[in-house]
This record gives sequence, structure tokens and C-alpha cells, in this order.
Amino acid sequence: MSGVLETLDLTMRFGGVQALDRVNFTLHERELRCLIGPNGAGKSTFFKCITGQYRLGHDNGRVLIRGTEVTGASTLEIVRMGVGVKTQVPAVMNGMTVHENLWLAARRLHGWAGSNGVVDEILDELQLGALARSLVGELAHGQRQMVEVGVVLVQRPWLVLLDEPAAGMTGPEVERLAGVIRSINQSASLIVVDHDMEFVRMLGSNVTVFHQGAVLVEGPPAKVLNDPRVREVYIGNRAAA
Amino acid sequence: MNEWRATGSMQWGWFLLALALLVLLPLGFDTHTMSLLLIWALFAMSLGLLWGYAGLLSFGHAAWFGLGAYTYAIAAVNIGESTVPLLLAILVPAAGAAIVGAMMFYGRISDVYMGVITLVVTLILFNFMSATAGDAYRIGDARLGGFNGIPGFPILNVPGMPEVSLFGVPMYYVCVAALLGCYLLARWLLARSFGRILVGIRENEARCELMGYNVPACKTAVFAISAAMAGLAGCLFANWAEIVTPGVFSLRQTAEVIIWVLVGGLGTLLGPVLGAMALGAVKLYLGEQTVIDNSLVLGLLLIFVVLGMRRGALPTLQGWWDSRRRRLSLAQGARRRLGASSEPTA
Amino acid sequence: MDYAGVVALEILYMIAFLALISAGLAIVFGMMRVINLAHGEFVMLGGYTTIACVKAGVDVYLAMLVIAPLVVGAMGLVVERLIIRWLYGRIIDTMLATWGLSLLLVGLVTLIFGTSAVSVPAPIPGYQLGSYQMGGYNLFIIGITVLLLVFMWAVLRFTRAGLIARGAMQGPEVVAALGYDPGKVYMITFTVGAALSGLAGGVLAPLTGLLPSSGGAYIAKAFITVITGGAAAILGTLSSAAIFGVINQLVSFASTPVIGEIAMLALAIVLLRLMPQGISGRFFRGGT
Repeated sequence: MSGVLETLDLTMRFGGVQALDRVNFTLHERELRCLIGPNGAGKSTFFKCITGQYRLGHDNGRVLIRGTEVTGASTLEIVRMGVGVKTQVPAVMNGMTVHENLWLAARRLHGWAGSNGVVDEILDELQLGALARSLVGELAHGQRQMVEVGVVLVQRPWLVLLDEPAAGMTGPEVERLAGVIRSINQSASLIVVDHDMEFVRMLGSNVTVFHQGAVLVEGPPAKVLNDPRVREVYIGNRAAA
Repeated sequence: MNEWRATGSMQWGWFLLALALLVLLPLGFDTHTMSLLLIWALFAMSLGLLWGYAGLLSFGHAAWFGLGAYTYAIAAVNIGESTVPLLLAILVPAAGAAIVGAMMFYGRISDVYMGVITLVVTLILFNFMSATAGDAYRIGDARLGGFNGIPGFPILNVPGMPEVSLFGVPMYYVCVAALLGCYLLARWLLARSFGRILVGIRENEARCELMGYNVPACKTAVFAISAAMAGLAGCLFANWAEIVTPGVFSLRQTAEVIIWVLVGGLGTLLGPVLGAMALGAVKLYLGEQTVIDNSLVLGLLLIFVVLGMRRGALPTLQGWWDSRRRRLSLAQGARRRLGASSEPTA
Repeated sequence: MDYAGVVALEILYMIAFLALISAGLAIVFGMMRVINLAHGEFVMLGGYTTIACVKAGVDVYLAMLVIAPLVVGAMGLVVERLIIRWLYGRIIDTMLATWGLSLLLVGLVTLIFGTSAVSVPAPIPGYQLGSYQMGGYNLFIIGITVLLLVFMWAVLRFTRAGLIARGAMQGPEVVAALGYDPGKVYMITFTVGAALSGLAGGVLAPLTGLLPSSGGAYIAKAFITVITGGAAAILGTLSSAAIFGVINQLVSFASTPVIGEIAMLALAIVLLRLMPQGISGRFFRGGT
């Protein structure tokens, strides 16, 4: 049974570097999965491949979303299927207010007035109400991240792909984000790429560890994070010994 | 409640005042110069829409201005009655822009390359039109005329009545109608979702696409609309000057409109209009004497604006005004609070 | 047979011409990512300097090879300190400010020299190639351009200054990491670029009558040559100059010079669309 997102032999080379080496990955309906791995492991490349930011060719393998072939699809096509994407590089409209950012995101799927209602819901859920009229560019980094999460969620995607959503957030903000992600997970599937181990533990979901372009280990957090191979990859031989 | 500062709003009071002033102007003033200023204002406004709101800087906006002028002249010579030529003068630049725009935007080129490509398009048109001297170069009955251009084509007439030409004051009113009409159209576009998407594209194109908007399509659309307005301005210019020459495609012309928009105020519709009219008036005045060269003034102005007043005159003035008001109300608030437990100051 | 010789020489000349007028812009663009739209006017000023010197009795070769670069280089220094320095990183703003500068320079030159063309005669006589009369000076231009490119390449490859320059092409952090002040490096770079433009203008001065508006003709061609060439200052510029030179001349010979020029411009659009990183980005990654 195919999952909500599946990659088959996903491969990507940049010059002499094998960024992804025949990665086979499956995300099931309503699953929350964390992708971790040291720098250069291929997490971001993987993310860009499944979001259409890297356009895939014939020899890059295949990506399927809910059974539909999306290999070679553009970001626009994938997003329009109902997939929400937050990239590693922050992408929000700094010169516009929080409300305006959310409204613009909502507008594609709702009417002019209806969008306001949806925006108010999201502002509530993420506790951004007080900042609604503030310019995004003037917010703290963590707050801007939260706004971007809001912009993704306002379209109520059934598949949510987040690349380092907790970066730059304060402790309480990270907890709030974890709560939000768990509550979205009740109706949507998610992939979260992150470095923050505390955050990954907070989410408590299955973890996939990338290393040198391939999947090293997959499984529940306790098992994966205590796996000696994972510790070796992150900390190095001597420390693990 | 749902008004966006970035897209501005329709100020009906000011608009009607301007309309009244413009309508009454012929009673006391010469309309010939004013018509030209209105034409330049329309040209500048078209770039202001494209650059200020969608964030797309075209270094060759004169291409559409010139295409509008030449299309009108060629069509008018061939057809005789002016209604179809006027329509063509709007549609041909729009079509050209749609093609060039699609080529650029679907190719995801950067700002710099857009600048280069639009500049080169204008250069191609300039070079081509300058070289079309001689009988061999003609479209229908119209000889392209090379560097000397196309003189003596029929000017605008009342639709359906080719004998009744709109020369003089009626031409002025046509220019007024064109400027105000396009202004209303631009305001309408900006008030809709399309206008907000454009601002979103200007602010963060990547996120706009991740929101699911077809960014290349929107960019091509606004590029074509802006070109259509520029083409209309060009057509009116042809009628005003009663001749079209390759100068409409010149680097000078395309640089001037950029300066008008920048100095007048990027990010507003009114800024470019005022910038064009003010600087246009200065240019006409300078043209009558030889001591101060127009290039010199424009050049200095552009340098100063880029270095000092990057957002342009109107937004800078608005900014000063806003911050003055804020300081005044802060001071008033402070005084009120202090007044509650006041001690006379020494 | 002679005709083939003529065509070949004309193509070589056009390539040299494009490379010569683009050299200064390429250095500045390659190292600083600054697009100097007043570049054409720097070339024009080099021409005017040469002509003024010659009319004052100075030896023409001294004027074009030494004085012109020095004078225009000095102007470049002033411009960098007053204008460019404040706009690093703001590429569109730099384009706008330098466009303003170009208008300013045209206005100044018009004020000082008036609007009628000035010229000097070519110091090298023509020669016969079969039944065709050729301009001898064109050979000189080709020669100077070759020398210049070789010299630039040698400096970049073999000197410490060249190493710093190549570092600067990667970014200001590299310059700083090497222990040099990026601000100073950029100041020197812009000055050198201006000097090269002045040299080009000086060398080209004997060709035709010079007008204040002559810069306009140079900027477009230099611009597309440099941008299409991409970041590698020498290899990139040379490649694009070669492509454009060949196309321009072949089409010119087949029809008219104007059509040749249009063909070159149209080709520029196609190349830019297909290779946004320029020829260097596609073929000469990391090259000079």
C-alpha cells in the first residue's frame, strides 16, 4: 500500500558529490516523521526534491504523492495539490503585516471576506493575534518563523513539509510549535526536517536518519537516538566508544 | 479594515478635484504643453505600476511607448480613420510585451537580466527603425522613413467621422481622459486580489509561489498591461508631435521615464505622475536655453535620488509628514500625562 | 581568396573591438558585481582626452596609451569614492546611479566641447590586401587588444595583486580572509577598470569623429558582451566577444551593418535566456 508520500530510488548528483543515493522513503497517511542527520547528509536535498525545487529528470528516481507521479513536477503544481511547504530559507513578505501575509495565502482558496475568517482562526491557533498588524520584517526571528508556519497552515494542506521550522525560536516558542504540529497531525501528514534534538524528542514521532545521501536508520525516537550508529555519525567514533 | 497600505487606496476627493482642474484648465492656459505633460505622466504611471507595485524594473519601457507611436502612425496611414489605429497602438505593444515577458518570466531570469533584456529590446527597435530609410521599407502605404521617421499621418478623429479631427483642445481632453481612465484602471487592479498578489511577488516571489500563485503568469500579465498603457501614451505622443521618429525608442527616453518614476515616488501611482509632469516641465524649460544642459540636470538628479532619497519625492514627503504627526501626537500624549501632575517649569 | 582574408580580418577586428571596449567593464563586473552604466562615457572620455592632447601637440601614442588611462582612471577613482562606494550590494541602485552618472558626463562634455564631432587622423596608414584597401590601424587595435588580454591574464595568474583580485571575484569575505581591506580592493579595482576603459577610448579615438553621445554606442555592446560572458573576466569576455564578433560581421557581410548589429543584439537575448550565468557559468566554472 503506497503512502501519502513515496520516493523510489531517489538519486541526485552535484558534480562529483552523490547528494542522494537511491533513497526509498515512505510516509504513511497521518504520519508525522522527523528527518535528521548531520550537515551534508542529504536532508535538504531530499526536501528540495520532494517539493519540486529541484526538477527531477529521468535518472533521478521517482516521487509519488498519494499515488500521483510528481517526478519532474514544479513547486507550483505540487503546492496546488494541497501540499504545504516551509523552506529552510525564511520566505515571508517582510514589508507586509502578519495579517496581510496570512490573508494572501488564504485568498487563493477562499473568497475576499471568507479569507478574513480563516486568518483569524490561524492567528488564534498560533497565538499571533497581538502581532496581526505588525510588519513581519520587524518581528523577532522566531516570531517570523511562526508566521511562516501560519502562512503554510492557512491553506489547510493535507501534507505539510517543514524544513527547520524551529530555527531561531525561543524555548516556549518551540514548545508551542511542537504542540501545533501535533495538533495538525490529527488531520494531516507531516515531514519535519530539523537539527534540534530536543524538538525532535518533543514531537515524539518516528525518525529517519540520513547519512551521506542514504537512509541510515528509521524508527521510533528512543530507539533511533540511542542507536550507536547514529551517535557515531553525529559525534564521531571516539566519543561513541 | 482590510485595506492594504502597500496597494494604496482610491482618494475620490482628490481625484474629482484633479478632474475638475484639468477640465477647466483650457479656460486660462495653453493646452499644447499640458497635453505633452499628461502624455508623459501616463507613460511614467505605466512604469510606476510595473516597477512600484510588482517590483519589475524594465530598462526598456520606451520600447512599448515607441511601438505604440509607430503602430498608430503606420495604421493611420494605411487605414485613414483613427479608431482601429488607436486600438492597435494599445494592443501591439501589449502583445509584444506578453511575448517578451513570457520569455523572461517563465525562464525565471533575475532582475539584472530582466534589465539587460528589456534594454536590448529597445536598442534593437531603435537600431532597426533608424535604418529603415528608403522606399523598400514600408508597411502597406506607410514608409518607415529611417532616421527621419514617419510624418504627416492622419491624427485622431471622432470615431466614425474621419473628417472631424481632434486637433488642439479636443486632443487635450483625450489626453486627460486617457490619463484619468488608466489611473482608474490601475487603482481598480490594485484594489483586487491581483494587485495584492503583485505586491506579494515584489515582497517575496518564492513565498508567493509556495502560496500556490502562478507567478510567471501574473508578471507577464502586469507587464503586458503596463505596456498597453505605455503604448497608449506613445500613440497620443505621435498625435501630439504629428511625427514619429526613432527617438521614441532612444536610451534617453527610457532613462527619463525611469528617473521620473524614481524621483516622483516608487510604490505610488501619483508619484510617477507628478514626477513626470514636474521634470517634464523642467526639461521643456531647460530646452529653451543652452546654459544648463538637460542631461546634466537629469544625471545629477538621478544620482542624488539614488544616494539620498531612494524611495522618491512623494513617499519621502509622506514619510516626513507621518513621522511629524507621530512626534506631535507623542508630544501631546506626553504633555497630557505630565499635565495631570503638573508643576510649572522653571 | 582576398575576400576571405578581408572577412577574416574584419571578424578579428570586431572581436578585438568588443573585447577592448568590454575589458574595463568586465573587470569591474567580474570582481565587484557592479554594473557601471557610465562605462561607455568613460570610453568616450578616453577618446576626448586623447584628442585634446593630440591637438595640444602631445604624441598620439603617448596620449592614447598613457595619458588617457591615467586621466580616466583618476576620474574612476573619484566616482568610486563619491558614488559607487555607498551602493555595494545594491545592484539595481548601482545601475541607476551610474546611468545618472552617464547622463551627467554627457552633459558635462557637451558643455565643454560642444556638440560637433572632433577627431584625429589614424597614425598608421592603410594597406592593400589583393584588390581591397584595408585600414592599417585596425591591425594595431587587434594587436593592442591581444597584448592587453595577455597582460591581464598574466597579472591575474601570476601576481599577488592578481591573486587578491581572483579572491575578490569569489566575494569580499575571501579578500578579508586574505588579510586585505575589501573596500580598498574595490576602490583599486574600479579605478583600474576605468583606466582600461580610458585606454580603449584612446585607442579607438582615431577611428571616427567623436561626439558626447558616442558613449551610448559603446555601452550597449560592452554590456551584452560582459553579461553574456559571465563572471570569468577574461575567458568569459573573450568567448562572448568571439561569438558576437563572428555573428555581427557575418550577418553584416550578408546584408547590412545595421542588420548585423541587430542580429548581435537578438543573439544576446537568446544567450542570456538560455545561459543566465553567462558563458562562464556554463563552461568556465571557476575560470579567470
